[in-house]
Amino acid sequence: MKKLIATLLVSLIPTFAFAAGKVQLEEVEINLDNKASLQRGAKLFVNYCLNCHAASYMRYSRMAQDIGLTDEQVVKNMIFPADFSKEKEGKPKKAGELMTVAMSAEDGKAYFGTAVPDLSVIARSRGADWIYTYLKSFYIDESRPFGVNNTVFPSVGMPHALWELEGLKKPVHGKGADEQGHEKLALGFETVIPGSMSAAEYDSAVTDLVNFIEYMGEPAKLVRYTMGVYVIGFLFLLFIVSYAMKKEFWKDVH
Amino acid sequence: MTTKTQAFMNWVDARFPMTKMWEDHMAKYYAPKNFNFWYFFGSLALLLLVLQIVTGIFLTMNYKPDADLAFASVEYIMRDVDFGWLIRYMHSTGASAFFVVVYLHMYRGLMYGSFKQPRELIWLFGMLIYLALMAEAFLGYLLPWGQMSYWGAQVIVNLFAAVPWVGEELSVWIRGDYVVSDATLNRFFAFHVIAVPFILVGLVVAHIIALHEVGSNNPDGVEIKKTKNADGVPLDGIPFHPYYSVKDIVGVVVFLIFFSAVIFFAPELGGWFLEKDNFVPANPLKTPEHIVPLWYFTPFYAILRAIPPIWESQFPGVIAMGMAIVFLFFLPWLDRHPVRSMRYREPIFKINMFIFIVSFIVLGWLGTQPSTGVLSELAYRFTELYFAFFIFLWIFSRERSAKYYITSLIVMLSIVILLDVLRGGDADKVAMMMKTFLIPGICFSILLVVPARFKSWAQAKPVPERVTS
Repeated sequence: MKKLIATLLVSLIPTFAFAAGKVQLEEVEINLDNKASLQRGAKLFVNYCLNCHAASYMRYSRMAQDIGLTDEQVVKNMIFPADFSKEKEGKPKKAGELMTVAMSAEDGKAYFGTAVPDLSVIARSRGADWIYTYLKSFYIDESRPFGVNNTVFPSVGMPHALWELEGLKKPVHGKGADEQGHEKLALGFETVIPGSMSAAEYDSAVTDLVNFIEYMGEPAKLVRYTMGVYVIGFLFLLFIVSYAMKKEFWKDVH
Repeated sequence: MTTKTQAFMNWVDARFPMTKMWEDHMAKYYAPKNFNFWYFFGSLALLLLVLQIVTGIFLTMNYKPDADLAFASVEYIMRDVDFGWLIRYMHSTGASAFFVVVYLHMYRGLMYGSFKQPRELIWLFGMLIYLALMAEAFLGYLLPWGQMSYWGAQVIVNLFAAVPWVGEELSVWIRGDYVVSDATLNRFFAFHVIAVPFILVGLVVAHIIALHEVGSNNPDGVEIKKTKNADGVPLDGIPFHPYYSVKDIVGVVVFLIFFSAVIFFAPELGGWFLEKDNFVPANPLKTPEHIVPLWYFTPFYAILRAIPPIWESQFPGVIAMGMAIVFLFFLPWLDRHPVRSMRYREPIFKINMFIFIVSFIVLGWLGTQPSTGVLSELAYRFTELYFAFFIFLWIFSRERSAKYYITSLIVMLSIVILLDVLRGGDADKVAMMMKTFLIPGICFSILLVVPARFKSWAQAKPVPERVTS
């Protein structure tokens, strides 16, 4: 019987292998306790992403509070998209508002061939490693409308938004072949036009950005681990008390 | 009790059977003293029912059943509602935990023969609860309006379209539209929040009333009411309150430790409790690569997909899936062996039980995998094992002659072969069938040759008069 229970439990252990594409994803080190990294990531996010992509389930004030900024700081430095709704034609947004953008889904289709996805919970559907690798995998491809393609997301509609930081690179086509003898698409990249950052600086910047996107996917992550420790600690104490109570009551049952 | 409270109780008791109910169901409800680990899951199921209702109430305060707003309203709960994320995770984890607990509860009933005479109605009410619970989970899963919500509902509602002649109309009637849409979301919300919970609570009350009428079974399967003292109290019985109320509190605390571990540290449980694709808003124009129901449905999903279509109709699969649950309803009349508990049942019964549990788990795993080639063939074989369990229960209801066992073996294997011939297929498929034929072949042979050859394997042990500690 114990074996049965064990089998049952083992079968519940997460073994889901989600279709992860063919590219080996790089691991990114997420550290939501690093407020400075979250702030740098937020800066990159509002500067480079939050023009086409919205994060329309997220409020500026929620972000401010969670990453250690004041509403004034955020309003002054981080709110770029103006509110173009009818009532507030062109007026700047307030801290309590959602991180929406002016571009509509139709505009996105017209400009990029597809509606631009909302990024609020993208970390939960794609995973941090995917986003990290994706942002590092743009390469020059003249056949694409924006001149770049991506190894993680082939034929992606998005241009390389961070190109001025990373620069542009071309794939180094394989000398080596994979097990089936096909030439590999890209064994690595070679910088063609350098950006304003070194490779190491860019890695660290993308790490900050992904860190922020991970936070944005689930702001509760900042508190739930700590809270969990307290809750479970309390339950252990309760267990001792309730077990002692059970023992006491059951003394006379033979 | 002070005289004042006594007077108050007398006043109430003259108008409402408060004291009587308390005594009938708690203080003077005598439960066997030998309940083990497996007896925690009934009270835990009750705890989860309450938890789901309470967290559900708080979720509905902010959730919007509207195709344009639903996904965003869930994220609103996750971010902007105070402790909204905790309430939501309690509800989503609670749904899976409910099934964990209910499956273990049902397994307990299977092991100790709790469904047998005179407890058939308890089992039937319980099965209805299980059915209502599945409906409740399915309806609720649409509400976050993510990709998996949407396409999962699409797939399940389409099952009704497989019903001959009226299928199309039936599925449109259920959806309220030609595809899953805002109309579907609204009616699913109504059913999830009012209709099904209402039915569930009613069934749970019936389940408990029936239980308290006949009294609880126990791991020995001994009827404790047979040996009573002068006051009419069963010698092996102890009052539910305080003995089992304090014991169940320990069970609740231990359960909450595991429950909290999931809620606070792994609310998605690696995709088993919350699927990745459900963090993408529903898109009727984009079918996900791989539509997987949540884990508690996967055994039945595997059975559904394992049955090959006949005349291009998926109906046989739908019927098989339905029968997989219907057969469970008939357990009290399939397993007629007088010995209740597995402890004293014949060894061959235990092997049958083991094969059943393994089949259920394997089917559950197969339901999460793509239905291709060898996996689909395996699902078919384990489906055969799943259904064979019930036939064996009936065969093992009493000792049979060697001839009976061998004839049964021949008949059952012939049916398997006949079905394989009907399934047909190309050379590869036939080769695979012949290999996988070993699965039912070996299992059926063990279950029927062993008792034919070694009598003791088909003999139950003597059941003690009184419960063992």
